[in-house]
Amino acid sequence: MEFFHTLATQAFLQNALLGGILASIGCGLTGSFVVVNRIGYMAGGIAHSVLGGMGIAYYLGLNPFVGALIAALLAAIIIGTIKLKWQHQEDTTIGAIWAVGMAIGIIFISKSDGYNTNLMSFLFGNILIISDEQLFIMLVLDIITLIFVAVFYKQLIAVSFDMEFAIVRGIHVNLFYLLLLCLIAITVVLLIQVVGLILVIALLTLPAAIAKQYVHSIGMMMLLASFLGMLFTSTGLFISYEPDLPAGATIILVAGLAYFISSIVRSWRPFK
Amino acid sequence: MTDIAIKITDLNFSFEKLSILENISMLIEQGDFVGLVGPNGGGKTTLLKLILGLYKAQSGIIEIFGQPLKQQRKTIGYVPQYAHFNSDFPISVQDTVLQGRLGIGSRLGGYSKQDKSIAQKVMRETEIIDLANRSIQSLSGGQMQRVLVARALATEPKILLLDEPTANIDQRAEKDIFDLFKSINERMTILIISHDIGFVSDYINKVFCLNKTLVCHDASPVTSDTINTLYGGHVHEIHHHH
Repeated sequence: MEFFHTLATQAFLQNALLGGILASIGCGLTGSFVVVNRIGYMAGGIAHSVLGGMGIAYYLGLNPFVGALIAALLAAIIIGTIKLKWQHQEDTTIGAIWAVGMAIGIIFISKSDGYNTNLMSFLFGNILIISDEQLFIMLVLDIITLIFVAVFYKQLIAVSFDMEFAIVRGIHVNLFYLLLLCLIAITVVLLIQVVGLILVIALLTLPAAIAKQYVHSIGMMMLLASFLGMLFTSTGLFISYEPDLPAGATIILVAGLAYFISSIVRSWRPFK
Repeated sequence: MTDIAIKITDLNFSFEKLSILENISMLIEQGDFVGLVGPNGGGKTTLLKLILGLYKAQSGIIEIFGQPLKQQRKTIGYVPQYAHFNSDFPISVQDTVLQGRLGIGSRLGGYSKQDKSIAQKVMRETEIIDLANRSIQSLSGGQMQRVLVARALATEPKILLLDEPTANIDQRAEKDIFDLFKSINERMTILIISHDIGFVSDYINKVFCLNKTLVCHDASPVTSDTINTLYGGHVHEIHHHH
């Protein structure tokens, strides 16, 4: 098969595969929290507003992914603060940040060279051009996420499960909630490299949502979701390679199909 | 240390200009088993959350064992209303109970051996030890209620606050769980919110009737007059025979 031959000889495909695997670790860890907290919409707001940071960084000739990271963390803190302080307007405000971030990005990118190609790869990802440097950044982001989740596992679960009880037990729930959103921001940046910011939410939530149908703890959910993420990115990459389909979109279709099949199986044989 | 567990003086609480609680003063002694009754919307849960420090009163003082609430908050165990629960959450019974150990001991990493042995002990006491590894998704209302009680007991509190702990369970299970509370009461003060005055009156030694303000507060039997003041006279009296 041409795919495996290229994989054995060409660095770009090895990087693509490795990029998918690194992104999957982050998506399993934080995606599980997104699913159990039902905050897909907030994660969507963070993911899309990131385009603002990417656009500005690109316009200034800096690394767009550094811009993405800064914008993602900023959006996470703003959205988190809105959620904690002005709950009744959460919906509208997140929607506004979502769109405003994208608008800023589009304006800056339009004023830079190579408008279409770059916009497309920010929006839909381009897993085939992941550089060694990007892989290194992804590895660092994974390690940060992993350490944080391992150290504060019980607090993160308590805040997700029952915020009021966590407050009574003296946990700084606002702090942990914001840190959780920052983790989501980091993961979003990881995933943008692979599937682009439009498709991020699917890869963040689908593996974790499937995992939730089979296991009883967040820890197991993280493990299974990471594994499923790796499976989906690798399979998607493989399927897309020879017919020259967009890899990001193919990965999402694989994940979506798996979720669909798993949900049907589970509705026949409920899991208790 | 004084033998007054909870002392509330002239407490007022309003939310977005709507007055919820007015002039609440109450005294709960150590070892009391107190029932807090009253109509829905009468402010029972709000009062409980004020005692827990989840809400802040506009005026008034809450003291726990003679000290400001802040210093003594960790001595309170809390059993929230079951209905508000995300019962879809992927977590085992044991891990839920362990959450009662939060805020005690090390902040970093997992739970200690001591935490786990205390969790075992309270799961045995609440008769859910056989369910320890089960997912909470698979529990009945009565079982889940015991899990939430066990979680509160894992804190090893001196005061236990329970919000409608029997709202979702049948009458036989209700009696069992109140017998459990009775035995827990031998070592700690209990304040329980209930809509069922008749039922709790067999167990409690003090009752507070709350409808925005305290309508009655003593250990005397609840008369139909009090019930009329409390609920506005639309309640039929039902006598419980035991």
